[in-house]
Amino acid sequence: MLVDYSPVSRIVGRLTGPGKRLGVAIGAAWPATVLVVAIILVWEFYTRHSGIKPTTLPAPSRVLQQIIENRQALIDNALPTIAATLSGFALSVASAFISSILVDFVRPLRRALFPVFIISQTLPLVAIAPLVVLWFGFGLLPKILLVALVTFFPMMVALVQGYDSTDKDMEWLLRSMGATRAQVFLKARLPSAIPFFFTGLRISITYAVVGAIFAEYSGAAKGLGIYMLSAKNNFRPDLVLAAVFCSALITLVLFGCTVLIERLSMPWEQVRKDDRK
Amino acid sequence: MSASRLSLRHVAKRFGALDVLGGINLDVAPGEFVSILGPSGSGKSTLFQILTGATTPGAGTIAFDGAELTDPAGKFAFMPQRDALMPWRRVIDNAVLGLEVQGVPRREAHRRVAPLLEQFGLAGFEQHYPSQLSGGMRQRVALLRTVVQDRQMLLLDEPFGALDALTRTSMQQWLERMWERHRWTALLITHDVREAVFLSDRIYVLSARPARVIREIAVPLGRPRTVRDLSAPEATRIEAELLDALLGSASPELA
Ligand SMILES: Nc1ncnc2c1ncn2[C@@H]1O[C@H](COP(=O)(O)OP(=O)(O)OP(=O)(O)O)[C@@H](O)[C@H]1O
Ligand SMILES: [Mg+2]
Repeated sequence: MLVDYSPVSRIVGRLTGPGKRLGVAIGAAWPATVLVVAIILVWEFYTRHSGIKPTTLPAPSRVLQQIIENRQALIDNALPTIAATLSGFALSVASAFISSILVDFVRPLRRALFPVFIISQTLPLVAIAPLVVLWFGFGLLPKILLVALVTFFPMMVALVQGYDSTDKDMEWLLRSMGATRAQVFLKARLPSAIPFFFTGLRISITYAVVGAIFAEYSGAAKGLGIYMLSAKNNFRPDLVLAAVFCSALITLVLFGCTVLIERLSMPWEQVRKDDRK
Repeated sequence: MSASRLSLRHVAKRFGALDVLGGINLDVAPGEFVSILGPSGSGKSTLFQILTGATTPGAGTIAFDGAELTDPAGKFAFMPQRDALMPWRRVIDNAVLGLEVQGVPRREAHRRVAPLLEQFGLAGFEQHYPSQLSGGMRQRVALLRTVVQDRQMLLLDEPFGALDALTRTSMQQWLERMWERHRWTALLITHDVREAVFLSDRIYVLSARPARVIREIAVPLGRPRTVRDLSAPEATRIEAELLDALLGSASPELA
């Protein structure tokens, strides 16, 4: 059945200003919400009427109940995961930024470094994660490193692509004004890369949480990854799914933050979109 | 011509197998407005690439105020064919770009640009982004960015090429008035015969690739000029002559 959301667009059409923007956001989010709710309903229906055991597939209502009952344990385990994700992500943004600048200024470095980065992306996480834990222990450090490893490359590629997307006339103009290579970078190449950077950031942030959980899965004192592992070993899929819900929530919130930062960092794009409406 | 600001002798350029400029001779006197007319792809922008130092000439000599031009930095204010406004900079910040590159402090740069905003029809739009401007306004911002650099000579590459006919005509009138006022030494590239006649003191016509000067015409119309002056017999005669030269040189597949 096709979802008809014309009533919503009609209401949105009547709103103006900030109310309109909020209305548009709701209008954009609600088909996805309907889909998620539908999936959960089918799932609930299936678990109730198919006779499947809760130790195989628990009902969503049961998962929700577990989330509420175990909220303290979930929060305790989510915090280290969030810490690992954010620190690893910060490390990766900083190193992607620095190496992208190096590569932009020293062309031969690009040919030397890119193959290495590509190889780093082909390493299977399942094999690398236990090794990194073996080398760096059960603390925060191996998690940070793994998160950085999985998120570095998309960001680095986005930045380098962004620099290269710079309008040639803009660079020519700056050169004609007597700009140095560094001035051309700061005034044209870097700003041109901002939209690309945020695309990279949005892709990376979704990998980041998964990377952190994977690292914890291979050995940690606390964290959603190790929580999932012990829940699985205790035959508690409901708790596994409760932890999965938490990780999805963290990813969504972080994703929302990047979108927000993106908007704030590119006021000229906002102006352009508002004028088009 | 004795005291040329800019003087090109036998300037040639090839890009690999492509012979673009086939020996250009050209002079611009101080305070003179000179236009270059030529078919598309004949190498007009390439000439500006050479003058701004973006590429080196394959042969020939370029003299600036009598001395050989070795370092073009600081001599020309260049306006590229597409306006090349930075979408992330507000109008005022686009306008001061050249001063910023020269190291002029922000406040001082704004102070220098402020009195020109009115003349350029940009008063009240300082804080707008380029995406919020009309085509004509964008070109005026680009022109403002060019002239505030306070260089000895302007290089304008088809400043009005992307505009509709009406806006273009009004921009030409506006530029003519501006030029009356400031008497910049200017070299303008254009496709538009009427534009060249209306604005210039002298016009060079280039052939198709490899480009050479096939015609040089002085425009003895008085100043200030209005659009009406374009229907004077003198003006129509020049226009016809220019068109003949251009069409005669057009690439064979169009002839
Ligand atoms: N840096 C470059 N490398 C190689 N070829 C180039 C380069 N710059 C220009 N060309 C070529 O030189 C020729 C002339 O280009 P140019 O931009 O100077 O023409 P133009 O007269 O300005 O044309 P238009 O009127 O369409 O702007 C074109 O065929 C172009 O492809
Ligand atoms: Mg051109």
